Amino acid sequence: MRVVFKTGYMQDIRPWKDGYQLSLYLVLLVAVCAAPWWMDDFYLGELTNVLIWAMAGMGLMLLTGHTGQVSLGHAAFLAFGCYTNAVLIEAGAPFAIAFPAAGILTGIAGVSVAIPALRLHGVYLAIFTLALSVLMDDIIVLAEPLTGGVGGKYLGDVSIFGLTVGRWTTPDRFFWLVLGATVMVTLGYINLLRAPLGRSFIAVRDSEVSAQAMGVDVSRAKTVSFALSCTVAGWAGALMGMYSGAFNNETFNVLISIQLLLMIVIGGLGSIHGAFLGAIVVGFLPQFLSIMKEYVAVMFKGGAVAIPGLETGVFGMILIGFILFEPMGMYGRWLKIRTWLELRPFCRKDMFKRRKSYLKTERLR
Amino acid sequence: MSLLEFSNVTLKFGGLTAVNDLSFEIEEGEVFAIVGPNGAGKSTVFNLISRFYNPLSGSIRYDGHDLLKVKPSGVAAHGVARTFQNIELFEHSTVLQNLLVGRHRHRKTGLLQEALFTRAACRQEIKCRQEVEEIMDFLDLQAYRDKMISGLPYGVRKVVEVARALAISPRLLMLDEPASGLSVEETTDMRWWIEDIRRQMGITVLMVEHDMGLVSNVSDRVLAMADGARLALGTPSEVQAHPAVVAAYLGRAS
Repeated sequence: MRVVFKTGYMQDIRPWKDGYQLSLYLVLLVAVCAAPWWMDDFYLGELTNVLIWAMAGMGLMLLTGHTGQVSLGHAAFLAFGCYTNAVLIEAGAPFAIAFPAAGILTGIAGVSVAIPALRLHGVYLAIFTLALSVLMDDIIVLAEPLTGGVGGKYLGDVSIFGLTVGRWTTPDRFFWLVLGATVMVTLGYINLLRAPLGRSFIAVRDSEVSAQAMGVDVSRAKTVSFALSCTVAGWAGALMGMYSGAFNNETFNVLISIQLLLMIVIGGLGSIHGAFLGAIVVGFLPQFLSIMKEYVAVMFKGGAVAIPGLETGVFGMILIGFILFEPMGMYGRWLKIRTWLELRPFCRKDMFKRRKSYLKTERLR
Repeated sequence: MSLLEFSNVTLKFGGLTAVNDLSFEIEEGEVFAIVGPNGAGKSTVFNLISRFYNPLSGSIRYDGHDLLKVKPSGVAAHGVARTFQNIELFEHSTVLQNLLVGRHRHRKTGLLQEALFTRAACRQEIKCRQEVEEIMDFLDLQAYRDKMISGLPYGVRKVVEVARALAISPRLLMLDEPASGLSVEETTDMRWWIEDIRRQMGITVLMVEHDMGLVSNVSDRVLAMADGARLALGTPSEVQAHPAVVAAYLGRAS
């Protein structure tokens, strides 16, 4: 186990523990940046998809994982971002303006929803946001002149400062665009978490009463969190639209919202790593399953069979497994494995047993 | 002028009168204790000052301001810090992070500065940490600095709560049963800390406590309450000898 001898405040403030940890992440970043050279176009596309999901996951993680407000309606904000981006580009706005604006407008839409929604707590907030997700479908159909209704919309290649970027024509450039956006969002997220605002979100999640007593304006903190969360979701939605090329009212349905929520639970609530790990599961599960199906078919010398609902079923099983055996998600499990390896052979049997929590002050509402 | 003035405050929950026409004043720099049997309304007084409840009538003035016009989240900005009877810490954070939340009222940076972590945000963060480290040194918490709250023993949590309240840099510190559930040694530590908080930091302390040993050792004045009303107010020995207080705790000789 590496123990850092701390001699300055910056050692606590900077996001990495020591040079070793920083170099690990830099190596990872360089390897991912170089992906177009060592991956074929199919896997590069899949990796792009994972990064977009990770970004959407970070949006929801900020709200659910760090502020403790459950949202089952984030697909609505993905859709909002996606359509805003497409409509602005069609109206002639350059991508460099349309894309940031898509996020910011989604954030503003989020605030207008958040002000009534955040008066609700727990399961009622979940129901409210679920309704939002269902409503968005109809709103897209009704706003046909703008959104193309059921027929949907098509977003082709865009031009960024003279460079043509498209999912199919230039997969490498599109990948770098997504990677750049994801890295920016991640860095902003990390910065927020080490600043007072991020800490106030966590305070609201763990104890609203004492957050208030510490001078945190609880409803304001929740609203800001909702706004930021929707902004990031809007960007992720815009990229999702560009990734799929064509989209209509059913692209961002309720199932996407639920999948997004399950994704961050599987990854590990309350950590940025969790958003990425969950995205890897969601992104690669379909491919993994189809590859496995081929193996199984070869093994039993039968033809390839299509099993309807296999993907959803396996995903559900994974989720149940996590909730029963590892509520902290993949990142929580990884932390335990790491600690176990670092301390070996000095680990106790019950080291990670959850302790009983003490009596809490009754809620004021 | 007194730091905190309660005048004729009444609060009812349905048919139950939690605080009944209560008046008292706390002077700057004193240690003021509230005692009374269970259900006397001691914690309700705290929650009134924290603005969790609105009184039915009466006024609460703090440092010349009408406290009833302040938002619940604005009370801390006036320099009023508190702890809770049943520890309300941020369970899934470390001791250090809990204390840093206490510095929230000193936040001067905006969203954008924090997201980009500009020099101003960084300077503010360093300043925050200097203050917090001093408090941790003062309350002997360095050993637990990077530990999660969910893994800490009860006694340490109590101290972390006091530390978090001190991180606000308050003028008035409200301690809700600081010694409940503590061992004899821990209670003695708490006693010295309360004295140091008053003497070295010049912070006025208002506390609710059942441990009469602690109350008579540290407090300058004691308010005894029963059924939401004032029974007696004076020095610890005066209050302990007061016939109404004796009757409230032991019953009347018939």
